[in-house]
Amino acid sequence: MTTKSHPILSMAASRIGLGLLSLVIVSLIIFSAVSFLPGSYASAILGQNATQAAISAMEIKLGLNRPWFVRYLAWLGAAATGDMGLSFSGRPVMALIGPRLKNTLVLASITAAIAVPLSITLGIVCARYRGRFIDKFLSTSTLASISIPEFFVAYVVMMVLAVKLQLFPSMAGIRNGMGLGEQLYRMVLPILTLLLVILAHMVRNTRAAILSVMASPYVEMARLKGEPEKRVVIRQALPNAIGPIASVVALNLAYLISGVVVIEVVFVYPGVGQAMIDAVRNRDVPVIQACALIFAAAYIGFNLIADIISIVSNPRLLHPR
Amino acid sequence: MQQSLEVRSVAPNRLLRALKLVRSAPPTAKFGMVVVAIYAFVALFAPLLAPYGEVEVVSRVPFEPWSASHLLGTDQLGRDFLSRLIFGARNSISIALLTTAISFVIGCLLGVLAALVGGIVDQAISRLVDALMSVPDLIFTLMILSIFGSSVTNLILIIAVLTSTRFYRIARAAALNVASLDFVEHAKVRGESLLWIAVNEVFPNILPLILSELGMRFCFIFLNIAALSFLGVGIQPPTAEWGSMVRDNAALINMGDITPLIPAAAIAFLAIAVNFVVDWLLNRASGLSEEG
Repeated sequence: MTTKSHPILSMAASRIGLGLLSLVIVSLIIFSAVSFLPGSYASAILGQNATQAAISAMEIKLGLNRPWFVRYLAWLGAAATGDMGLSFSGRPVMALIGPRLKNTLVLASITAAIAVPLSITLGIVCARYRGRFIDKFLSTSTLASISIPEFFVAYVVMMVLAVKLQLFPSMAGIRNGMGLGEQLYRMVLPILTLLLVILAHMVRNTRAAILSVMASPYVEMARLKGEPEKRVVIRQALPNAIGPIASVVALNLAYLISGVVVIEVVFVYPGVGQAMIDAVRNRDVPVIQACALIFAAAYIGFNLIADIISIVSNPRLLHPR
Repeated sequence: MQQSLEVRSVAPNRLLRALKLVRSAPPTAKFGMVVVAIYAFVALFAPLLAPYGEVEVVSRVPFEPWSASHLLGTDQLGRDFLSRLIFGARNSISIALLTTAISFVIGCLLGVLAALVGGIVDQAISRLVDALMSVPDLIFTLMILSIFGSSVTNLILIIAVLTSTRFYRIARAAALNVASLDFVEHAKVRGESLLWIAVNEVFPNILPLILSELGMRFCFIFLNIAALSFLGVGIQPPTAEWGSMVRDNAALINMGDITPLIPAAAIAFLAIAVNFVVDWLLNRASGLSEEG
């Protein structure tokens, strides 16, 4: 019934369904990764010197004697309510990750809040002045920004602004006790680095989205009617390019995820990325699982949003050939 | 007899054509090729070029400043920084190349076979690839490395498998177009095996499309391994690797010393050079398709 009355709604619902399905598959991969641990999970917790009796006791305590799909469902159900179990160090995983998740979200959302409007504006400027200096400059810097490792950008930023000019602190170790101003001040360098890492790419994609619209007949028509170029870009091209631009933005925010991990480590920022790296070094599997699940969910979520926005803004995509 | 004659007449032609092609390249691509050649030279002749050994401790003082005997000073354990930089070229590049080669073979072979066989095999592999691609590569690699431990073999295999998904996608899409052509049908009728058709009939026809992807993926793999080593979970000491050299000497940055930035710049420089060449190949490919 709804298929006929609301094609867009049903399409969005089916996309969300597909997104959830891929999240389930990913969670299955993340869950089953543990069973590949050399030795058993219980002995990994207890260390190498544990006796056989202690290991079996631990296995029963953890419910490892149950079939794997029962354990998977229990794990997934608990994860859905925010309970990721105990880390190898004995603390609940969410108590470890929770505050860090908040920090990472703050870092990412401030970056996104600056990057999105800035990149769209610059993308429009590039499309308007196509082939001029600013356009060429930004095209070249895109090539550079996908080739330069994130930690190089981070250290150059740190070298110039923190060590030479001494404007900002080089370490972004924020704590709860600090005031908001102090916290923001310490976050300037990581945010700046993240911006440098993703901005060129976003500008490039916005420019491409607008230029592809600029090639369409109605833009040609508007030009022939004698409308000024600025008006053509803003009134004719931009509204039609919003869909592609929005999907590009969402995709780039997904790309931000791996950048966040490296940059948190460089600036010692207490976020999820740093927690994940620490957990990998200590081989603390429950924490790694939780972090991987969070990052994967964010990644799938951004891709899903990109998908839905592009369909909603361009209903033609509802009817593939 | 006839065959050997053919080979002889074809080889110089190809060489000439390749030379002509290189000469017609834009300056950025030429610059890229020169830089890549220099890196390759350094990587190949590292033991001859490096003044000291890769793991040789030459000074009791860690972080010695630049001097005549140690041009770039020494690292955190008193090893010659320049020598480790040179050996790093060899390690970083060879590991990235090997990984790229493995992922190229796995991805292309599966992609072409999936396109040729179709049906449930194609569906199964494609859905698996979708699942692998729905997690960011770095996160996936971190998770697997934490379970199997970070040895060089594990690192190469994991990244190769993850990257092969990209080759799979592009090879499958290209092979689907070729698979329905007459010469593939002929080969099937002749009774050639699937693998033979994939390698001898389909692969040569889709190679030009995959070539620029190859360069791009090499860059990604190279940067990925550097990032992992920088995070301390990639290539492990005492092997000299550019990413981990940055990490180990990062303390110097707070003292205003740019030495730790040199390996990072070396990584960026190679990646930019390769991207220049890839960009040219991409433009050439799209220009050709517009003409034809």
